[in-house]
Amino acid sequence: MNDQDFALTRNAAGRIVFTGKEGDVHEGVVPVRAFPISAPQEGVSLLGEDGHELRWISRLSDLPEAMRALIETELAQREFMPEITRIRQVSSFATPSKWQISTDRGDTELLLKAEDHIRRLTNSTLLITDGYGVSFLIRDIGAMDHHSRKLLDRFL
Amino acid sequence: MGAVQPRTRKGFSLQRVGSLSNMASVVNSHLVNLHTISPLSSDKQVSDAWHKALQARLSAREKIHASLETNLDEQLNYAKRLILLTNQRLIGLTWPALEFCEYPLGEDLALHQRDHAGIGCIELFAAGTRLAWWRYTMAHDPEATRFVRQFEQVLGGLLSGQPIVEAQPVLCPQCLMPLVPGQDECAYCDVETEAPPSSWVLLRLWRFAKPYRWQLLAGFLLMLASTAATLVPPYLTMPLMDKVLIPYENGSPINTDMVTLLLGGLFGSALLAWGLGWARTYILALVSERIGTDLRTITYDHLLHLSLEYFGGKRTGDLMARVGSESDRICLFLSLHLLDFATDVLMIAMTTAILISIDPWLALVTLLPLPLIVWMIHSVRQKLSTGFEKVDRVWSQVSNILADTIPGIRVVKAFAQEKRESARFRQVNQNNLAVNDRINKIWSLFSPSVTLLTEIGLLVVWAFGIWQVTHNKISVGVLTAFLAYISRFYTRLDSMSRIVSVTQKTASGAKRIFDILDRVSSVPEPVRPQHLDSIIGRIEIREAGFRYGNRAIIKDMNLVIEPGEMIGLVGHSGSGKSTLVNLMCRFYDVSEGSISIDGVNIRSLPIAEYRHNIGLVLQEPFLFFGSIAENIAYGKPHATLAEIVAAARAAHAHEFILRLPHGYDSLVGERGQGLSGGERQRISIARALLIDPRILILDEATASVDTETEKEIQKALDNLVRGRTTIAIAHRLSTLHKANRLVVMDRGEIVETGSHDELMQREGAYFRLYQAQARNVDTDLDDQSISAPENGKESAE
Ligand SMILES: Nc1ncnc2c1ncn2[C@@H]1O[C@H](COP(=O)(O)OP(=O)(O)O)[C@@H](O)[C@H]1O
Ligand SMILES: [Mg+2]
Repeated sequence: MNDQDFALTRNAAGRIVFTGKEGDVHEGVVPVRAFPISAPQEGVSLLGEDGHELRWISRLSDLPEAMRALIETELAQREFMPEITRIRQVSSFATPSKWQISTDRGDTELLLKAEDHIRRLTNSTLLITDGYGVSFLIRDIGAMDHHSRKLLDRFL
Repeated sequence: MGAVQPRTRKGFSLQRVGSLSNMASVVNSHLVNLHTISPLSSDKQVSDAWHKALQARLSAREKIHASLETNLDEQLNYAKRLILLTNQRLIGLTWPALEFCEYPLGEDLALHQRDHAGIGCIELFAAGTRLAWWRYTMAHDPEATRFVRQFEQVLGGLLSGQPIVEAQPVLCPQCLMPLVPGQDECAYCDVETEAPPSSWVLLRLWRFAKPYRWQLLAGFLLMLASTAATLVPPYLTMPLMDKVLIPYENGSPINTDMVTLLLGGLFGSALLAWGLGWARTYILALVSERIGTDLRTITYDHLLHLSLEYFGGKRTGDLMARVGSESDRICLFLSLHLLDFATDVLMIAMTTAILISIDPWLALVTLLPLPLIVWMIHSVRQKLSTGFEKVDRVWSQVSNILADTIPGIRVVKAFAQEKRESARFRQVNQNNLAVNDRINKIWSLFSPSVTLLTEIGLLVVWAFGIWQVTHNKISVGVLTAFLAYISRFYTRLDSMSRIVSVTQKTASGAKRIFDILDRVSSVPEPVRPQHLDSIIGRIEIREAGFRYGNRAIIKDMNLVIEPGEMIGLVGHSGSGKSTLVNLMCRFYDVSEGSISIDGVNIRSLPIAEYRHNIGLVLQEPFLFFGSIAENIAYGKPHATLAEIVAAARAAHAHEFILRLPHGYDSLVGERGQGLSGGERQRISIARALLIDPRILILDEATASVDTETEKEIQKALDNLVRGRTTIAIAHRLSTLHKANRLVVMDRGEIVETGSHDELMQREGAYFRLYQAQARNVDTDLDDQSISAPENGKESAE
């Protein structure tokens, strides 16, 4: 990626502004990761407000520091996939079931509507979609404590 | 496992306090109201803290209009934030630091709400500059929407100097229909409680057993009698031993009469037990088979009435397993295992009674191991139950792979991926094996342990019995009778322990069936249905919004379609046209706003009655296994042959049907194999024509056929459209020349409406689409960008 062939800035309205080589300006650019789970560091696309791709960035690390920071802040503000670190309590082993969980983003509650909302990504990674559309990640089942694993096991 | 009372998503009721002379008391009463205002804070401590922090900050003349508690901070960590709207300013508070920020209300202030990937965001702008923003998960979305509305109202009122009218009817946050005064929940939406099913699933089968209760009672009485009959022989061994054999051994002659009597008794009781046992088994097997059948039918019925959303999230193999084999398993359980178990329990009870009546002390010793065994059964039960649920889930994975691969076999072969599919299957099969291995480890230990206990029990009885006999407390006959009884007794215990596993298996199967039965369709039948005698066909879409999971697909849509009008829906693929159609057919329900027909919300019409008025022709016509005539008459099974032929003629299908070897009786295979795409399409048009619907929906009905066929189909469609409210989605704009109005959609929003000429003049999105197609007739719309006119709208993606 040859840098400086486009520029990114943030305007007063908090939107990212993309300025292309020919001086074309796009406001409200949205960075999106192409593989948020399997390869978060690779493949970020900058989408214009109309949903069309402005630029494909194959690696974030190829970008100049300032732009990368800008993109990462923006991503951090819209990416929401809490990682479950502990399952404290479940309301029942039959769905729908309410789980009290701890995540890397703090403690919260998760409503599991059906068992098949737990998706196995790899053998030890699970993606759980709760009743309100939030996706929770369990990166490594083995890394959780015994109690959590035991509760989780009842749903797998 | 207690059922947790779910938090209903009732909106909070905003209370307005009239002008009171004592301002201090106004503030106080408002602050007290805050408890009720922020329902999101389940935590009393938190709302107390808000309360305290505000009390210090609010001036005496400030009135609280609305409040919103959000649940994420700027870095998207879970944290509580409060936004408060007063008549002077917007106040932000953080938790737990209770940091305070304020924004005086002014005319350049604006709140925007948007969402992306399950996260909502409210942003505060002043003259285009973002001052602050709050984020929340979608669970809080209705409240946030409400808050933004209130903000606009209050600000509007403030600027115009007019008092804020809040006497407007309260609208349901979900469907925007006015709420009945004094009622918090919308009659249409009626948020359904989500209590998990109880663990006593099997008892719930009673619902299915109830119609057969008399047969069941008869079966039970027969069971009682036959069990009693089987208990007679050991009893007769007592006199046989004490009165016949032992006296003979001691030198007395054999009492032939008595021997005849006793042997006769043995034979008689055996015969009786045989006859009764037969009757019992037969009756109960009949009943259980019927229960199983009912269960299957009812489950399937219920399944059919669930919404498309349910089917979208389920896999065919899994559903097939539930309706098919699980109900069979339940049937088997009822007819075989439960029956055996009940007999065993009866036998144990009766035996215990007999033993105690013969000799209480010996009975006590005999029964000693029983509690131990019961305890053992119980403790293993827990372990096995989770194990068996697992086995079931793995098993449905196995069948899912089959259900995935077999219909897709052409793709598998075309890409030469047999090896990979086979590996996938092997993998799941291995999982199955591993899970079964684990459970067998516990299970295999279980039976031998019971046998061991049985033997030890017998040993104890022998020892205690011999001791008693030597002390002349009991006769040899009594001891033999005891041994005869308890050896039966213990063998039954052994088989009874098997009930643990089958009960658990059945219970988990029953749970999976009840999972279906408990599922309330996300497109529910109205509680108080309204009936429309004849539909005129005026469709009104009002502020409709819809999301699949967390992706907003339709946003804030408003559209009125007049009776008899033909609307052409255009826009590139993925813009939400089919989704809109799904909403109109009520395959899904809108998540916000409403859709009405002739002024009545479609949610308050009985679903089937409503859909009878809709003719739907899809891009991928689905034909069922059966004859062509049956397929055409699918929506109206009692159609006469003349009607069928007329429909086929109008659909321009008549001639090609006649060219088939069996005419209208030709069988079309699974999914209509053996017919070309265009032929299938015309059959599905005939199907829609036959029911003579008021509303016609064509979703890219001609997209997958060649131009020649398209012309045929187009002619057929022109017949179909006449005089009906029509919504036609078309890839090729030329096919929409008859439309009264064209509606251009882009990313879930209507960007333009108007006639072809008007839209061409405007030179907007439609113009670009048209130009692109004119240049190259076969251009795919996807390649063309129709960008939304810049209207300052924040777009999520
Ligand atoms: N069942 C579904 N679940 C999730 N997303 C869906 C589903 N059906 C359609 N979508 C998405 O909704 C958007 C609109 O789809 P659709 O209404 O089929 O578009 P079109 O205008 O081509 O008919 C697409 O982005 C599609 O990916
Ligand atoms: Mg479509």
